[in-house]
Order: sequence, then C-alpha cells, then structure tokens
Amino acid sequence: MLDLLQFGDSGWGDEILRGAGMTLVVAVLAYGIGLVLGSLSAAATLAGGLLLRGAAAVYTTVVRGVPALLVIWLLFFGGGSAATWAAGLFGFSGRVDLSPFVIGVLAVGLVSGAYAAEVIRGAVQAVPAGQLEAARALGMQRGLILRRILVPLALRYALPGLSNVWQMTLKDTSLIMVTGLAELMRVSFVASGSTRQPFLFYIAAAVIFMLLTTGSELLFHRAERRAARGVRRAGA
Amino acid sequence: MKRVFAAVAALAVTLVLAGCGQEENKQQAADKPLPDPIRFATEGAYPPYNMVDSSGKLTGFEIDMVNEMCSRMKVRCEWVVQAWDGTIPGLQAGRFDAAISGMSITPERRQVVDFTVGYASTPAYLVTAKDNPLQAVTYGMERVNLDEIDPAEQQAIDLVRAQLKGKTVGVQTATIHADFADKYLADVVDLRRYDTQENMALDLQSGRIEVGLADAVAWEPFLDRPEGQAYSFFGPGFDGGLFGAGMGIALRKGDDKLLDALNGAIRSLKEDGSLRKMAEQWFGFDSSMP
Amino acid sequence: MDLTLIQTSLPQLAAGAVLTLELVLLSLAAGIVLAVATAFGRLSRLRPLSLLVGAYVFVFRSTPLLVQIFLIYYGLGQFEAVRASLVWPLLREPYWCAILALTLNTGAYGGEIIRGGILSVPFGQIEAARALGMAPGLMYRRIILPQAFRQVLPAYGNEMIQVVQASSLASTITLMELTGVARAIAARTYQPLEVFLVAGAFYLLLNLVIAQGVRLAERRLARETRR
Repeated sequence: MLDLLQFGDSGWGDEILRGAGMTLVVAVLAYGIGLVLGSLSAAATLAGGLLLRGAAAVYTTVVRGVPALLVIWLLFFGGGSAATWAAGLFGFSGRVDLSPFVIGVLAVGLVSGAYAAEVIRGAVQAVPAGQLEAARALGMQRGLILRRILVPLALRYALPGLSNVWQMTLKDTSLIMVTGLAELMRVSFVASGSTRQPFLFYIAAAVIFMLLTTGSELLFHRAERRAARGVRRAGA
Repeated sequence: MKRVFAAVAALAVTLVLAGCGQEENKQQAADKPLPDPIRFATEGAYPPYNMVDSSGKLTGFEIDMVNEMCSRMKVRCEWVVQAWDGTIPGLQAGRFDAAISGMSITPERRQVVDFTVGYASTPAYLVTAKDNPLQAVTYGMERVNLDEIDPAEQQAIDLVRAQLKGKTVGVQTATIHADFADKYLADVVDLRRYDTQENMALDLQSGRIEVGLADAVAWEPFLDRPEGQAYSFFGPGFDGGLFGAGMGIALRKGDDKLLDALNGAIRSLKEDGSLRKMAEQWFGFDSSMP
Repeated sequence: MDLTLIQTSLPQLAAGAVLTLELVLLSLAAGIVLAVATAFGRLSRLRPLSLLVGAYVFVFRSTPLLVQIFLIYYGLGQFEAVRASLVWPLLREPYWCAILALTLNTGAYGGEIIRGGILSVPFGQIEAARALGMAPGLMYRRIILPQAFRQVLPAYGNEMIQVVQASSLASTITLMELTGVARAIAARTYQPLEVFLVAGAFYLLLNLVIAQGVRLAERRLARETRR
C-alpha cells in the first residue's frame, strides 16, 4: 500500500510533495497580503477618519463573521467579474480573469488580514504612551518614531498573535482545494479517489501539515525571542 | 449596534458590486478572434472521461479528444482543472473558454451556455450490490427514454420508485443524475449528493449508500475493480428528456467563432472514425453520436 | 441581482440553516464537555494521561479541519474492521461524522483555552481555600472554575464563532447544511452570488448573536464580581 506514496510516475509521492510546495507558496503569499491588509486596517481603525474607520470595521466584522469557505466560493464565482469591473474603472477594457491560484491567495489573504488587523491594533494600543511621548520630547520626527519606537515595540507584542494568524492561514489554504488548485489537500483528494485509499492519503496530508505548522511555530518562537532580547537585558 | 450597522453596510456594498459584475457579461456578445490559447476546463475526477493519473497528468477520453481537436485546428490549448459544480459558473466568469467534463446537453444548461454538437451519448444506470434484493426484481424494460414517456415506461419508473422507497441513494451534485433523482426519487429516498463520482463509489463500497445513480460509462472504472466486482447495474437504463441530448463541449453564449471551430473539429473526428476509435479505446465500445 | 431567485431559494436555505444550527449546537455542547475533560487531562499529574491528551491537542490543532473530516468520513469508512464494529451505525452517517469531527476539533482548541483559564487563577486563592479545609471538589466548584470561567469567556466566545465557521465544512461530506445548499443552488441556477450572499448574511447574523450573547454574559459576570 505504501508504494502508492512512491516518487515517480507510479506513485503519488512527488505529486504530494509538489502539492505541499504549492500550499506553502499560497500560504506565504496570503499571509503577506494579510499582513498588509491587517496593518492598513489597523491604521485606519486607530488613526483614520469616520469613513476609514467604518470601512475597516466592516472588513474585519464581515470577513471574520462568515466561513472562509464561503469567502473562497464568493471570490471564486464573483471575483472575475468584480476584477473586470474594477479594471474598467481604470480604463482597461476586456475581461479580467482570476486563476484559482490568484483566487486562493486573495481569499485566504483576505481572511488572514481580518484576523491580523485585530492583532496589530491590539499590539499598537499596547505600546505605552510614555514611550511615544518621550520620543516626541526628544524631537524625533513622525517617521523616525514609527520606525524606531512604535513598530519594534508593537511587533514584540504582536508576534504571538501573528504566529496564530499564520497557523490559521496555513491551515485555511486547505479549503482552496474546492477551486481545483493542485495544493496538498487537492492532490490527496484526487489520489484517494483514484486509488480508493483515502486513509493513507489523508494521513499523509495530515502529517505534512503537522510538519509545516510545527516547523513554522519554531521559527516564530525564535522570532519572538529575538524581538524580546532587549527586554531581558533591561530586566537583568 | 455599530457592528450590526457595519455588517449591513458591508452587505449593501457587496450587493452593489455583484450587480455591477453581472452587467459586464452581456457586453461580450460581439464576435472576437479565437482565444489564444483556448482554455479548456475539465474536472479531472470523472474517469474514464477525464482524470488525473499518478504522474499528475490529465488523461482520459475527453483529454485525448480535445488534444486531437486542437492539433487539427492548429491552435494552442490549455487545460484548467475545475471542480465539477463550479464548471458553468467558472465558464461564465471567464475563467476558461470552454468546458468538457462529461457534460450533457440539457435545456436548462442551454439557457446559460452554448453547446457544441454531441460527441458521446451514454445512458444513466442504477448500481447496487449483486446480492441486493433490488437485483432480483424484474423491471420489464431495458431502456427508459424520457423524451416521451409511454405507459410501459411510466410503469417501469413507478416500479423503480416503489423499490427504492426508503433507501439511501447517491448522485453527483449538479449532474443530470441529480436532476433525475430530484424529479423522480427525492420524495421517497434519502438522497446524498457527492462532489465527485469517485467519492460516491467509495461510499457505495462502504455501505453508506445502498444505490448509486450515474452515467453508464462513468461506472465502469469502479465496476472493473476487484472491489467493484460485487456490484452491478440493475433496472432500466435512462436517457432522453432531462438527461439531454448527449454530451457536448460548453461555451459562453455568443462565442460563435469558437463554437464553429470546435464543431468543425468534432465533425472531422467523427468523419474519419477517430472519435469511434478513442471511444473504443477508453470505454470498450462505441459511444459516439452520428 | 436576482431577487426572485433569492425568494424561491429561501425555503431551502432556511432548511440548510436549521441543519447548520443543529451541527453547531450539538458540537458546542459535546465540545465543551470534551474541552473541560481535555483541560483536566492536560493538567493531570498522571504523566501518561497528560501526554496522551497533549498528543490529541497537538494533532487536532496542527492539522486543518478539512483533513480531519475527510479522515473520519472517508478514511475510517475504508476499513472493513470499522464497518463491522459497533460504532459504524454512527460513523456511516455523515451527520454524526461531521459532529464528531467538529467536537474533536473544538475540544482541542477549547481545552487549551480552559487550561489557560484554570492556570490563571492566582495560587493564593487556592492556598486560601486549602487553608479553610476545602475538599478539592468543592474548591474547584466554588473557587477555581467560576474564576476560570470568567477568564475564558471572551476566548471561548471566539472559539464558538470558529465552530460556526467550521460547520460549513460539513458540506464537503454530502451534508446539505447552509453552505451545501447554497453551493447546490448555485450550481443548478448558475447564479452563485445571490445565494452565497444570503448564506453569508445568515452566518454573520448567527455570529453577531453569539458575540452579543458572550458580551452580555461578560457584563453580568462583571457585575456579580463587583457586588
């Protein structure tokens, strides 16, 4: 039975590994989009006017309030026409179509961003006001304060939460199998259907996911320690 | 309260966006050159029509057929793997230019997409275990054509209904088989809808469903396996009516140039007997349509 | 936007919504029992027990729910031994498979939340209870659990919302809950946006109700504390 996991043309091993690679690529890109969306949304909530604040609230409430699967279906079916319409606004004519890859990245990124927004907002609010006052008193410019004080401090508070968001994003990529994109879950699904060995292939997928989540958790732990290295020195 | 308001506002925005998107589809009717490459969607999980093998490649009757068509048309073609129930919506959304997924030409589908001429026609069959009492019943007919149901055919349908009463029956979602089950069986059976034909076969084998309804040819890969030996067809085969007029390649409405090109290629495959040969290679018999 | 389509598909969507509610409520009820058991198992001084429970939590939190559902539904159904066993009458039904998967999943996440809540109770409280001669059972009932409950309420509320979202995956194993119905209608009418928006609105509403309920509970608990 295990020969089904072999590499080469007779087994599914290489397909599964390629699928895992695709999962990782989608997850990283989606997480990147999520961080950008999350930061923008958090900035809008903290410093924006009424309109921006409202938009951010709508975004985080709606996307966190409906299942990710539904977001994927929506983008999958409606994304192409929405993109065509949006492109029309900028003077492009003709049809814009989004591949399952782009849709997967966008949909998971959208969900990721809504959760990241809450984490980032909380972290920025956790930065003691005194730190910022001190910086201002020293005559630092806004940009410099942002770069030297706010971001490093907020990042430290945000890292554990962002680590959770990453784990969620990674696992959410499994849902884009419904679009037919050949990521880890889809490959396992197809292989289990064609070989009639669902247990074997879903266990394989589960083990690979465990490796991915555990491995990335270790990386985040390192990052957390690094971000907190100044704290320990101060405390010692 | 603020959150509720935010949610309602968001919904309104999405609705407006959706409305705008809908308008766009209608402007595409004007004729335009053939797409390059032509993107074909297929499910990749409907053997022997289309499937993915262990080297990750698409293969099957429809894949061979379209590849041959493209080489005769001297155009570049590209494959897009598309989960079955998103096929027509994906086509409409412009994700690909044509879809070939064992899709039957039905009046409902004709309202939203165009079809090429048919390239294969196979009846639908019910399958259950060989030792199931359902196999022993005499249904009186080999084939029920739903185009015009005569009294004998109606009797056969009624008998099938009576026999299946209370049983768990599986179909693939959004297929003509699901339509048939919805119309003739849904009120008497426990109907389960599967995303793929293969998953339905898995559940037939595990005993979660007692009966499955699907395309005769699509049953073959399952019935030919060692595990499938304990199962067989029963009752009459069904075709015509809501089962449509054979299988065709679906295109967006108004893509007349592409439609003509594909029709020409299918006809040329029929004329020189290549289509028949492919059918015999993949199905074991000639399913092609005149 | 096709309003008649929304109108004609509403009864089906409503039936799907009912099934969604059933899945969510049953999984939440079973899940909280499992979560409490998991928290105690993890905190147990019995090393094999805490290791075993820890492994369960690890496996279910580090894999996607979709894999878990497919493994339970298609994976287990593959084996003759499972089909011949006593649990098959349950496992053969997609309904119970979905509830099992959702329960095991939320049990693992919820267990960690509750464990955190129990650990957050200041040790002085426990010492005080012990000094008063409270038996462990009474101490848990009167001192630790009430405080832990208040502590975990916001996080557990989020977890409840996650269960609502997670129930949508039941549609992948033939269950016609809200997402499944929406998907079937979309595939039949070729007008996906309308039904998905209606389905999305229902989920949003359900989650807002949960969030509001949790907030009310928090406020009540806070009032009791002040008194």
